[in-house]
Amino acid sequence: MTQIPPMSGPYMRKNKSVRRSMLIVMAALTPATAYGFYLFGWPSIILFSITLGSALIFEVICLLLAKRSVSMFALDGSAILTAWLLAISLPPWAPWWIAVVGSAIAIIIGKQVFGGLGQNVFNPAMVARVALLISFPLEMTTYMQPLPLFSDAAPTFMDSVAIVFGMGNFDAVSSASLLGTIKTDLGQGMALGEIMDGRYAPMDWILGNSISSIGEGSALLLIVGGIALIFGRIITWYIPVSTIVALVFIATIFNIIDPGKYPDAMVHVFSGATILAAFFIATDPVTSPMSPKGQIVFGIGLGLLVYIIRTWAAYPEGVSFAILLMNAMTPLIDRYVRPRIFGRTQKGAPLNLSEKS
Amino acid sequence: MLEAILSLTALGIVLGTILGIASRYLKVEGNPLVEEIEQMMPGTQCGQCGYPGCAPAAEGLVKGEAEVTLCPPGGKSLAAALAEKLGVEVDLSKMENKEKALAFVNEDLCIGCTRCFQVCPTDSLLGAPQQLHTVISDICTSCEDCIDVCPTSALSMVPVEKTMQAWHWPMPEKYNKEITL
Amino acid sequence: MEIFNIHGGAKLDGRKSLTADLDIITMPIPDILHIPLQQHIGAPAEAIVNHGDRILKGQLIATSKGLISAPVHSPTSGTVKRIGDFPAPHPSGLPVLTLTLEPDGLDEWAKLPEPLNIETATSQEIADRVSQSGIVGMGGATFPSAVKLNLGQRYKLEMLVINGAECEPYLTCDDRLMQERTEKTVMGIKVMMKALGVPKALVAIESNKPNAFKAMEKECIHDDNISIVHVPARYPMGSEKHLVQALTGKETPAKGMTADLGVVVHNVATAFAVYEAVYHGRPLISRIVTVSGQVIKKPGNYETLIGTPVSSLINMSGGMTDTPKQLLMGGPMMGQPLPNLDVPVIKGSGGVLALNDTEMKDKNVMPCIGCGSCVMVCPVGLLPLDMASRIEHEDVDGADGIGVRDCVSCGSCNYVCPSHIPLVQYFNYAKGRLKEQDIDRRNQDRMKMLAQNRALRDEKTQLALERKRADREAYNAALAKMQTISNTTKENNNTGHNTTNEMDIK
Repeated sequence: MTQIPPMSGPYMRKNKSVRRSMLIVMAALTPATAYGFYLFGWPSIILFSITLGSALIFEVICLLLAKRSVSMFALDGSAILTAWLLAISLPPWAPWWIAVVGSAIAIIIGKQVFGGLGQNVFNPAMVARVALLISFPLEMTTYMQPLPLFSDAAPTFMDSVAIVFGMGNFDAVSSASLLGTIKTDLGQGMALGEIMDGRYAPMDWILGNSISSIGEGSALLLIVGGIALIFGRIITWYIPVSTIVALVFIATIFNIIDPGKYPDAMVHVFSGATILAAFFIATDPVTSPMSPKGQIVFGIGLGLLVYIIRTWAAYPEGVSFAILLMNAMTPLIDRYVRPRIFGRTQKGAPLNLSEKS
Repeated sequence: MLEAILSLTALGIVLGTILGIASRYLKVEGNPLVEEIEQMMPGTQCGQCGYPGCAPAAEGLVKGEAEVTLCPPGGKSLAAALAEKLGVEVDLSKMENKEKALAFVNEDLCIGCTRCFQVCPTDSLLGAPQQLHTVISDICTSCEDCIDVCPTSALSMVPVEKTMQAWHWPMPEKYNKEITL
Repeated sequence: MEIFNIHGGAKLDGRKSLTADLDIITMPIPDILHIPLQQHIGAPAEAIVNHGDRILKGQLIATSKGLISAPVHSPTSGTVKRIGDFPAPHPSGLPVLTLTLEPDGLDEWAKLPEPLNIETATSQEIADRVSQSGIVGMGGATFPSAVKLNLGQRYKLEMLVINGAECEPYLTCDDRLMQERTEKTVMGIKVMMKALGVPKALVAIESNKPNAFKAMEKECIHDDNISIVHVPARYPMGSEKHLVQALTGKETPAKGMTADLGVVVHNVATAFAVYEAVYHGRPLISRIVTVSGQVIKKPGNYETLIGTPVSSLINMSGGMTDTPKQLLMGGPMMGQPLPNLDVPVIKGSGGVLALNDTEMKDKNVMPCIGCGSCVMVCPVGLLPLDMASRIEHEDVDGADGIGVRDCVSCGSCNYVCPSHIPLVQYFNYAKGRLKEQDIDRRNQDRMKMLAQNRALRDEKTQLALERKRADREAYNAALAKMQTISNTTKENNNTGHNTTNEMDIK
C-alpha cells in the first residue's frame, strides 16, 4: 500500500466536473434555443449546426497543434457551449461562412491562442461576434420577421439549405431589430413616442416574437434557464442581478429626464441581448471575477456600459462591446476587490478585540 | 501640417535637453546594486559559488554572469530574494536536489591541531590546542573550508537526516498540459 | 439558543450510516504493540524503561519533556522488545522513536494514582492529573490537554465548549461515545469546568446525530450550567474557531486563540479521558476508532489499545474485501495517507478508512476555469484559486500575501472543485515551503552575524598584532638609538672614567 509519493487528501469529492457544468448550461439554454428554432425555421437550425460543428473541428485542430490531450479537452463541452452562444447571437438567417469564420475566431483567437481552457481573458463568443460585426456589418445586421417552422410562409428544408449557402432566391422581408430602428430613427430626429408607436410590445419581447437573433428572443425562457442555473449552483446570482439592476437604474433616470429621447427600462432589459448576457455570457467563469463583491462590481459596470454604448455610441446594440470591456477589467477587479479573511479586518490586520463591540 | 511638425520638433528638443541635463547632474556614482546584493549574501566567503568571495559573486550577479541559484548556504530564500532584486526569473526546483550536509569531526582521528577552527567563518568549530575539536551543527554553513585544512581527514561532510518536522508535501502534479502524440 | 452562520462551508455526503448504529466493540490485545514516544504536539517524551523490562498496564514508560509535551503509558502488560526508530503513521513514512511491546496476555494493571476528590481538588491538581495521564486532544489535534486546562490562569474564561460536532464523513466514534458512555462523559465535562473555572459549558452536536443529542440532553437535564446545542451539519463545523463563531457569533482574531474570546474548546472524547484519569487514575491507553469504508468487511467502532498496528485492527475487525484504492488515518477530508499497514494507532487516530474508487470519485485534473466555487465554500474567506495559481508558478510569497498561512487545510475547496485540482496539496506545499523559508532566513541572519563577528575579531586580532609589532619595533629602535649614543659617549670619554653614565644607560 505504500505510495511514492503519497497521495494527498481530501479523498472525497462532490460529483462535479467541467463537462457536467457545461452540459447543465446547455440544458438551460435549450428551451430558448428550441423556441428560437421554431420561430425562425430551418435556416436557423442549419446555421446552428454549422457553427457547432466547425467549432468542434477547429478545437480539435488547435489541440493537436498545441499537443494537448484531445480526449480530455475536445469533449469537455466548452467549445460547444461557446459555439452555441455565438450561434444564438447571430442573425438567424446568416450565411454559412459567417458561422464558420465566427467559430474560427472564437475558438482559435478567442480561446486556444491564450492557452486553452481557463486561460482566455475575453469571452470567446463575444470576441467572435464583435469581429464579425465590425468586418461584415451588412450580414450581421440583417434580421427577419419570425416565420414559424411549420407555417406556410416558412421555407422548406431544401429552401433553407439554399438560403444558408447563398443559392437561389427566397422571398423574405428583412428588417432591422428594434434597437437598430430606435437608433436610426432617433438619429433622424424622430421623437421616441413616434418611434415606439406600434412597436412598444414588451410581451412580445419577453415571449420572443421579435425581430432579433435567437438569443435576443424569448426573455422569459432565458430567465427561467438562468434561474435554474443559479439554483443548480452553476452560476451565482450576483452578476445577473447587479447587471439588470444597474441597467434599470440608469435607464429609468434618463427616461425620467427626457422620455422623448431615452427609452425606458423595459425596452433596455427585454429587447436586445441583455438577458442572455446577464445570465449566460457575463457569468462565464473564466472571464468574470472570482469573489462575490468583485462580481457585483462587474455586473454594475456591465449594466452601465451597455446603456452608455447603446445610447451614445455608434452601435445600436452595446452588449458585446460592454462584455469585452468588462472582461478586460476583471483582473483589476480581482486584484483589488477581495473578500475579508476570517479573524482579520478588510485590510488584513488581525481583529482587535477591544474595538469590536 | 507645418505647425504639427514644428511643434513636435520643438517639444522633442526641449524634452531631450531636460533629459540630458538631468543625466549629467543627477548621475548616480557607481552601481549601488552591487553593494546591495553583497549585503544580501551570507558573507562567509566560502567560495562554493565559484567566486573567491561574496563581493565578487555580487559583481558577477549584477553583470549577469552568475545565476541567482549560485549560493548553497543562501538556499532557496536567497535565490528568490536575488531573483526579485535583479528582476529575473528563477526556477527554484533546481535547488531541490542539493542535499544539505554538515561538517562532522571523527573523534578517533582528530589530533587537536587547531587548523580547522582558524578558517571557520562562523566559529562553528570549537576546540583548543591538543584538545578534541567539535562542530556546533546548528551554525555550520557547509562551506567546506575546514575539510581542506584538516591533516588527518577527521573532518567530513555528513548529510543531514530528514526528519518528520522538516518534511512537507511536494508540489502536486499539474494536469498534463503537453503530451506527445 | 441562537446559532450564528459560518461563512462558506460545504454540505458533505455524511456516509455515517455504515457505522452510526453499531455499538462500540472492545478489541482484543494484538500480538505486538508499537507505541511512538511522540503522539502529541510538542517535544517528544523520553523513555524511562529499557529493552527487556517487564512493564505493566498503565505504567509510565516515557516522561514529558518541557512545557508543551505529554507522557506515554503502556497499554498492556508485557516485555519491552525494542526501543528504536519505527515508521510513524505519517504520510512521509519517516521514523519516530517507538517502543515495541510484546504483550504477555495477562493485562496486569500497574499501581494507579488515587482518584481525586472532585469536591476538594484544586484546578491545578486536576490539570496536573490530566497532564500525568498523558491526555491530549482526541479530536486529532493532539495538543496536550493539561496546557489547555491551565488557560484559566492566564485568560478570563467564560465558557467551555465540548466539541461533539464530528463533521468528518464516516467517523462516528464521538457519536457512539456520547450515546453509550453518556454519564461518564458528562462527569468528565464537569471536571473540566472546574479546572478551567468556568460557570457554563455548551456541548455542540451536529444535527445529523439526533440520538447522541437526546442522550446527552437527558443526562444534563438537571444541570443548568451544561447546555446541549444543535449545530448545522456543515463541514467544517468541528473546526474550533468556526464552532465558536457558530455558537457565539464572534470571530477569533487571526494568530489568536479562542481563549481570547473567553472560550476553551475540548473534544468530547478528551472529556471522557479526563473522567477516567480523575475518577479512576487510569491514563490514556486506548481510544475508540471508527473503522469504515466500502472495502472493510465489518465496519464499526472499535475500542483499540494505543499502539495496535493498523493491520491488526483491520484483521481483528474482520479484514478487507478487496485491495483499497486508498488507506488513511482520520477522516476523508483531513486524514493522512498511511505509508504501510504496520504503523500503529495513536492517541489522535479517530478513524481508519479503506476507500474504493467509487467513494473517492477521483478523476483527471483539468485546468482551473475560475468558477469560484472554492471561494464560495472557503470558511476562512480566502481565494483558493488565486493562491493555487500563484503557488503553481512558485510564487509562494505571493500566496502568503493573500493569506495562505491562514488556511486551515479543511479541504472544502478541494471537495467542490469541478476541475479536480488538488488544492489542499498546493496549500500544504506552500505552508511547508514558507516554514522552510522562515527557518532559512533566520539561519541566514545568524550566519551573517556570526561571520561578521568573526571578521571583526580577526580584524581586532590583526590590529593588536600590528600594534604589538609596531611597539616592539619602536622599542628596538629606541634601544638601538640609545646604544649608539652610549657608544659615542664611551668614545668621547676614553680619557676619563664615566662609569656612572654607562650604568645609567643600561
